[in-house]
Amino acid sequence: MILQLDKMTVRQGDFSLSADWSVKRGTRLALIGPSGGGKSTLLSLIAGFFEPDEGRLLIEGRDMRGVAPGRRPVSLLFQENNLFPHLSVARNVGLGIRPDLRLTREQHEAVERSLQEVGLEGMGARMPAQLSGGQRQRVALARALLRDKPLLLLDEPFAALGPALRAEMLDLVAGLLERTGATLLMVTHDPRDAERIADQTALVSDGKVTPPMPTARLLADPPAALRAYLG
Amino acid sequence: MFRISLMAAGLALTLAGASMAAEKPVLNVYTYDSFASDWGPGPKVEKAFEAICDCDLKFTTAGDGAALLARVQLEGKRSRADVVLGLDTNLTARAAASGLFAPHGITPENLAVPGGWNDPLFLPFDWGYFAFVYDKTKLGTVPHSFRELAAAPDSLKIVIEDPRSSTPGLGLLLWVKAAYGDKAPEIWKGLAPHILTVTKGWSEAYGMFLKGEADMVLSYTTSPAYHLIAENDNSKAAAIFDEGHYMQIEVAGKMATAPHPDLADKFLKFMMSEKFQSLIPTTNWMYPAVRLKEGLPKGFAAPIPADKALILSPEQALVARDAALAEWQSALSK
Amino acid sequence: MAERAEQVITPALVAGLGAAALVAALSLGTVAVVAGAAVSPMRLGAGDWAALKFTLSQALVSAALSCALAVPVARALARRSFAGRGLLVTLLGAPFILPVIVAVLGLLAVYGRGGLVSAVLVHFGYAPLSIYGFRGVVLAHVFFNLPLATRLLLQGWQRVPAEHFRLAAQLGMTTRDINRVIERPILRAVLPGAFATIFLLCVTSFAVALTLGGGPRATTIELAIYQAFRFDFDMGRAAALALMQFAIGALAAVLAWRMAQTRAQDPQLAPEVHRWDCAGFPSRVADSLGLLLVALFLLLPLAMVLIDGLRGIALLDGRVWLALGRSVLVALASAVLTLLLALALGLAAVSRRQGAIAGGFESIGFLSIAASPMVIGTGLFIILYPLVDPASMALPVTALVNAAMSLPFALRATLPALRQAEATHGRLADSLGLGGGMRFRLLHWPFIRPAAGFATGLAAALSMGDLGVVALFADPDAATLPLYLYRLMGSYQMTAASGAALLLVAASLALFAVFDRWGRAAR
Repeated sequence: MILQLDKMTVRQGDFSLSADWSVKRGTRLALIGPSGGGKSTLLSLIAGFFEPDEGRLLIEGRDMRGVAPGRRPVSLLFQENNLFPHLSVARNVGLGIRPDLRLTREQHEAVERSLQEVGLEGMGARMPAQLSGGQRQRVALARALLRDKPLLLLDEPFAALGPALRAEMLDLVAGLLERTGATLLMVTHDPRDAERIADQTALVSDGKVTPPMPTARLLADPPAALRAYLG
Repeated sequence: MFRISLMAAGLALTLAGASMAAEKPVLNVYTYDSFASDWGPGPKVEKAFEAICDCDLKFTTAGDGAALLARVQLEGKRSRADVVLGLDTNLTARAAASGLFAPHGITPENLAVPGGWNDPLFLPFDWGYFAFVYDKTKLGTVPHSFRELAAAPDSLKIVIEDPRSSTPGLGLLLWVKAAYGDKAPEIWKGLAPHILTVTKGWSEAYGMFLKGEADMVLSYTTSPAYHLIAENDNSKAAAIFDEGHYMQIEVAGKMATAPHPDLADKFLKFMMSEKFQSLIPTTNWMYPAVRLKEGLPKGFAAPIPADKALILSPEQALVARDAALAEWQSALSK
Repeated sequence: MAERAEQVITPALVAGLGAAALVAALSLGTVAVVAGAAVSPMRLGAGDWAALKFTLSQALVSAALSCALAVPVARALARRSFAGRGLLVTLLGAPFILPVIVAVLGLLAVYGRGGLVSAVLVHFGYAPLSIYGFRGVVLAHVFFNLPLATRLLLQGWQRVPAEHFRLAAQLGMTTRDINRVIERPILRAVLPGAFATIFLLCVTSFAVALTLGGGPRATTIELAIYQAFRFDFDMGRAAALALMQFAIGALAAVLAWRMAQTRAQDPQLAPEVHRWDCAGFPSRVADSLGLLLVALFLLLPLAMVLIDGLRGIALLDGRVWLALGRSVLVALASAVLTLLLALALGLAAVSRRQGAIAGGFESIGFLSIAASPMVIGTGLFIILYPLVDPASMALPVTALVNAAMSLPFALRATLPALRQAEATHGRLADSLGLGGGMRFRLLHWPFIRPAAGFATGLAAALSMGDLGVVALFADPDAATLPLYLYRLMGSYQMTAASGAALLLVAASLALFAVFDRWGRAAR
């Protein structure tokens, strides 16, 4: 088990979210549900930006309570602001190796290689403002790739892209996962995204995250809450 | 939009100030701020004069005597002032040279100002001596001359006013000059270690003294009377200096361009009367210019004898001023 | 853009030109009027160069120290959340808006020869503290301006998107990494402007520098101007000195713009950011200790004003409330004027995308910071005296001049927000054909409201406390609260004066807090 949520609950004012399930290594899990349902909150919990109020959260069998975000085996891509606007593409990626950016020649080469892998060959010197929205998220992906953490969390980083570009990005992610063997947790509001990449899907609504189910089965026979969301 | 709101604001703010008694002639008296304030002689003077003049007395204020003169000079011949009250003799030479003042034509009687009076343009309305004031309960050894002050331990600190921005400050400058002439720089050098700081005006200096910042403050020999009479506090005293004390004689004059010259004459006459003069001691905390029938109020120390009075004539003061200032600046800038 | 280029003369441009003309007339125009009224030639005296030197050196040191200290304070405030943080941020604004005389007496009550610290020292057999001299001037200026610098820096921190701090946490950045990657760019963007602003404020200082400077060595240009008017009645010299002050202001402004690096700003605000890098005990202790020390440094003098004032407040009578009422009226009028001026200039600046014109509107708005209050007051007096009774104009003139003096702060606060609104949603507004009032209401206002609240509050508070500008217009029958306070002091009523001072501080802070909260409410 790469991720275990053990009778876990978090509360923020009136809002509460609970989950009690686990995920096997290599799974690609989509989190789907209405906005405001707690999808991003769940990713923030796993990444360590909050702690659960009750229960436990384990990654690779280790209880994560008190473990700082930077020490968790996790990479998270946000919807936006994944890059520092005043640092070049290469430096933004390089942060994934050493936050103080004192990189060796080999590490520089690794940066260039990972840029290559996301299709941004030779763009290392550009500034984020010179890139398109899709390119910017590719840079963030290159950094995640370089960090090589077993758990990759996507908080709708491709939501702002067009359908074709989004599909392309998802395929890119799928390809990368194939190679690294990492586990994916991905927030989405579009069932087609889930179908495209995720073998499992969990529904987040009414303060609960249901246990993951095979995506095809869930979408073929959606429970009431998901039906309401899908319309 | 902007201009309209500005005008609206202006209108709203000025409506309250509009005068009600528009029919009566208005006598404009320019004076320094503390004279016209609620605790100064102003309100009582206004009431008493309006009772006899069938006019409306209106005060216009400037910060202090020097600011008052600068203001009148700024207005020049277009000035709407009738009377300017609150210059002192350190300023009158410059005021006379401006050509803005007219002779008062009054021969003052029963005058209490040491040294007599014969200025055709200005009449004295009160006077006093500059002095260093201290707290009797706090200061052990009181210096009795500038030299003793200079020789005191460095821990004895005084606070003085800046001659460039304050009337007492200029008074002190001329005091040292009148007492020591060419030796003034030497005295300033001796005083320098004791000068805690120099303030913009009297209020700041006196406030600091009362807060215990300094052991002595440049003020007036009449300051202790305020604490005694108004606050029933006899802890304050003025150090009497062997060199004598520089006098401040405060004067008023009639503007040559006065819109109401007759009223102005009437006011100057009233100013020299018992009625006006009896208000001075316990509102302006200075000696009245004429001898009062009742004498000085209880608690008011008798002035130090006239032979201890130091003063430069207006012309001497004007000449001495700039050189004395330069000496002061260079001695204290070391 | 093509669509908007057709409209060459827009209402925004007209309003901007009007506001620019008004500000230019008040700041530069008054110098011309004073110079024109001079009989003497425009020249400087020997002492004036010494004044220039002292002015520059104390302003440089004061500004440098204020900014240097503000960095750790702003950082600590940005990365810690604790009970009373909001209150502390508000109270930190207090020294900046204190009337000079009140602040000096408050400072002396703590750091003076007869102050708290000296009392403790003397009690243990040491010599009392001596702050008079250069260090006293710097101490006072840091007291006034450290809070301003902190506030400006804090705004810079708050413009960093929350994701960046999360990203930093995830990448395992240490405090030092965050400093380099996130905080240094903020500082590079904000510090030059903050430094220049504080430098200029210290340049025009006068009574504070003199009182704490301990003697004529501490002569600033503004004091020399005052002397030229009052002591020498030499308006030529006053005008020459005022121009010198402008030259310093222009130089400082140009340098600040060159040094400041503008960067793209993201719209998401994060008022309190959770930080994972600095949970360690040493960093927590350092932050707490730093905040505590700064709070003590700034709040103790305020506490002394409070303690002193409570004794005096019983001695005040009904007239003080009238004075307070007038001051509040002036402050409100001045605050509204400031906002209108800032909006007129700011909207005109963002409505032109060409740099030169936009820059022109912006720089005019900063002119008044280098203006001499004494020269503005005198110039206005020379213009207005033949037309009206100056005393009848006392309150409107006070409101207007104070508005012009507060304008630089208001612009500094609102202009970045306006630019951001145009940068992020300008095209959307263009495409929807939003122009004029609707564009303002839907696009600009939501973005600038917090900044506008802060700026208006600042203007109101500054206007409450200020009196120097308009001494020539003072109406003896309708004193404002600061004038009333000075009158109390000038009539031996020192205890009552401390009561009035307390009232003044309380009213200024309350006005500031009301506007500031209004700005921050309902985002």
